[in-house]
Amino acid sequence: MAIVFPFSAIVGQDEMKLALLIAAVDPKVGGVLAFGDRGAGKSTAVRALAALLPKMKVVVGCRYNCDPEHPERFCEDCKEKQAAGKLKTVQAPVPVVDLPLGATEDRVVGALDLERALARGEKAFEPGLLARAHRGFLYIDEANLLEDHLVDLLLDVAASGENVVEREGLSVRHPARFVLVGTGNPEEGELRPQLLDRFGMSVEVKTPDDLPSRMEVVRRRDAFENDPAGFVASWTKEEAKLRKKITTARERLPEVTVSNAALERAATLCMTLGTDGLRGELTLMRAARALAAIEHAKTVTDDHLKRIAPSALRHRLRRNPLDDAGSTVRVDRAIAEVFG
Amino acid sequence: MNLALAWSDAATAAQLFAVDPVGTGVLLRSRAGPVRDRWLTMLRAALPPTDAHKHLPLHIAEGRLLGGLDLSATLITGRPVAERGLLAEADGGVLVLAMAERMPSSTTVHVTAAMDSHETLIERDGLSLRMPARFGVIALDEGLEDEFAPAALRDRLAFHLDLDRFAFRDTEEFDITASDIDTARARLPSIRATDEQIEAVCTAAAAMGIISLRAPLLAIRAARAAAALSGHSEIDKEDISLAARLVLAPRALYFPQPEQPDQSEPPPPEPPPPPEDNSNDNQDQEQQTPDFDKALEEVILAAAKAAIPDDVLASLRASSGRSRARSSGKAGELQKSNKRGRPTGTLRGELRAGAKLSVIETLRAAAPWQPLRRREAAASGRDSAQPEILIRKDDFRIARFKMRTETTTIFVVDASGSAALHRLAEAKGAVELLLADCYVRRDQVSMIAFRGEIAEILLPPTRSLTRAKRSLAGLPGGGGTPLAAGLDAAFALADSIRRKGQTPTVIMLTDGRANIARDGAPGRPKAEEDALASARQLRAANINAVLIDMSPRPGPQGEKIAKEMGARYLPLPYANATVLSQAVLASTQ
Repeated sequence: MAIVFPFSAIVGQDEMKLALLIAAVDPKVGGVLAFGDRGAGKSTAVRALAALLPKMKVVVGCRYNCDPEHPERFCEDCKEKQAAGKLKTVQAPVPVVDLPLGATEDRVVGALDLERALARGEKAFEPGLLARAHRGFLYIDEANLLEDHLVDLLLDVAASGENVVEREGLSVRHPARFVLVGTGNPEEGELRPQLLDRFGMSVEVKTPDDLPSRMEVVRRRDAFENDPAGFVASWTKEEAKLRKKITTARERLPEVTVSNAALERAATLCMTLGTDGLRGELTLMRAARALAAIEHAKTVTDDHLKRIAPSALRHRLRRNPLDDAGSTVRVDRAIAEVFG
Repeated sequence: MNLALAWSDAATAAQLFAVDPVGTGVLLRSRAGPVRDRWLTMLRAALPPTDAHKHLPLHIAEGRLLGGLDLSATLITGRPVAERGLLAEADGGVLVLAMAERMPSSTTVHVTAAMDSHETLIERDGLSLRMPARFGVIALDEGLEDEFAPAALRDRLAFHLDLDRFAFRDTEEFDITASDIDTARARLPSIRATDEQIEAVCTAAAAMGIISLRAPLLAIRAARAAAALSGHSEIDKEDISLAARLVLAPRALYFPQPEQPDQSEPPPPEPPPPPEDNSNDNQDQEQQTPDFDKALEEVILAAAKAAIPDDVLASLRASSGRSRARSSGKAGELQKSNKRGRPTGTLRGELRAGAKLSVIETLRAAAPWQPLRRREAAASGRDSAQPEILIRKDDFRIARFKMRTETTTIFVVDASGSAALHRLAEAKGAVELLLADCYVRRDQVSMIAFRGEIAEILLPPTRSLTRAKRSLAGLPGGGGTPLAAGLDAAFALADSIRRKGQTPTVIMLTDGRANIARDGAPGRPKAEEDALASARQLRAANINAVLIDMSPRPGPQGEKIAKEMGARYLPLPYANATVLSQAVLASTQ
């Protein structure tokens, strides 16, 4: 595994970093889409996230990363093991799985294990990327260039949280719950609306335009490239701090309360913006709760809602091409209207 | 900067690239010819002969690029054998991209991903592998005027060389030996840029309007390579200047004026475009931070300026970089629409009516499973009636065709006279409405405006609303009506779109009252004659067209042009964006 640039060493890009942290604290928020300038560090941030995430408990030897604390969601193998009383658990890194653009369908959903078929003439299921990403993150770089047939597959699985494979007389279903993370450059093309909707939060990434941060970016990047290991070592402390923040926020999350007033605010905001369906409201609430947990707050305040609303809502607006204002501006306007 | 010096810089760029090639490269903007060959020969001489040297053809199939299952080896050995793709084969060497200006984004994206991560990630044909892919890129860009290699690629290539400036006799062959490069490579790791140098490079880049942060990073890398090559133990001013000339100068969008510019001197023919977001900020920043190493920064700026040909420099000053800025990202878009040339491959699927089976791919898919299936069939006692090859439904590979050819709608807008602003605004609205509606149909939209003496492509064919909005912000209007030029531009664009295998539709918004002839001379009779002649081209080529007459009193001129164009004539006085887009949809379906 190549050494990756540390998350805490990324200069600026606060909106993107916060969105990723929120997704790490509460995966139910439903993924992050980062669209913006070339060379602004989108991919760097996502790859850095993998190194940052606290480890999780998994069943030893499980190919689907089954969670020992949720026996009701076990895969077939784990159920057998449990019945036999042979279930062992281990701490494992949270998977951040790359879905490369050239991937073929069989590797995404899983297929017959070629090696075993050839060598031993056995039929066995070889899990694909979706299985590997279960309980972790599935990352698509240049998400807007992903082939349509792969997008369709993802949409289906992301909606049901389960991957069903019917092939060569083999019938496998396994849990596949993952946080979808996508990055891209809007100039290369737009994202399909259905896929857009699957992302909980969408952030706009811009290259920093103030000189001091630009210099800091270049300086850190240069230092990293000259001595990756040394650079990472000098950031270990910061990384540990941030990791701890995620862990404590996860513990606090169930205790964060949402007042009726806050719920109403969220609903009014969504209505003002005319977002489709309930998904916007739900995501807004969840994200605000996670934000409150990160910041050690006991309840969700207007401030939390205000800060997270652009990320949670800007990609859910109905397009109004004659309104020249970008969606961020429209969300800001609505926030000003609702929160006064 | 004189040509001899420029050529010597180009030769140095080859050496610097050879010293530190991984993950970056050279953009060689040049026609094929002896000058380019000479440069490439020098590069070859500089590179250690052991380094891989791979060529990436334009329409390479994805499987060959990334690698996958080596079927014959797999069948012989009885276990999955991976075949290296071209990206992995280029590991430790150089990858040459032919005709980079036409490279489809589906290929670009794999190349740039490998450049960033120094490896390729393969999830194909039942294989999951990582292979090292540490290579440098030479992108051969033969683009004319506004055709460019994809922006994502250009951004990562340190050196941008324009060789079309040189005649063969201007060039001499420098003696470059691989052993010098080897020595420099060994020295490279010990050379570091100081904080002041990093600051100066960043400041200078910002002052030139360079937004991407890769540029200053690449400039620093180039300076390190320059120091290593010339045997310095640390980077000095010379090295930085060289890096500025080779890396920063070609990316400059504008130059800070030495003195207060005289605004009135060349009267700007049109209202200046809205300034780039960063320009003001950067200049402010520059003033706010006076404690930087001004001297070094000035050296960088001066060096960069010296490297830019005078005419380009003049246009940079005049346009605040508009001409360069606009072209960014274009090639990516251009390539994206180019679907026909690239092999679209096959897809697992069912044989339904209309689907075409790809026999070879189906056999390939079935081959590895034969032993398993034979055993199964034997076990179930159907041994006797077995066919040669056991093919199952899962093996079927359907050749992928596009369901429907893409339509590109070209708006040709008459931006002359008093009604110009209204027409432009509504046409722009219609463009955006169409783009918003048409995502599912995957249509593209383009816009040409004509006024004064010329026609100009304001929006190259695109599917991106973001781009459309950006390109169409602040449209100029007023002046004469060069209808012939507008029709010619429409024809040229429609023709190039058709050659890419897409269907063009021309939507002309004009009142048909031409008063500028094709050669730019005023005068109604000649202008009308030229316009009719240009219109006939469109009819002869059988291009689907609609002429929308938006003048308050639609007259016979418009109808006449429409007839010659073979276009539908739609008098729509005071039409707005919604009406327009509906009319367009009705006429393209």
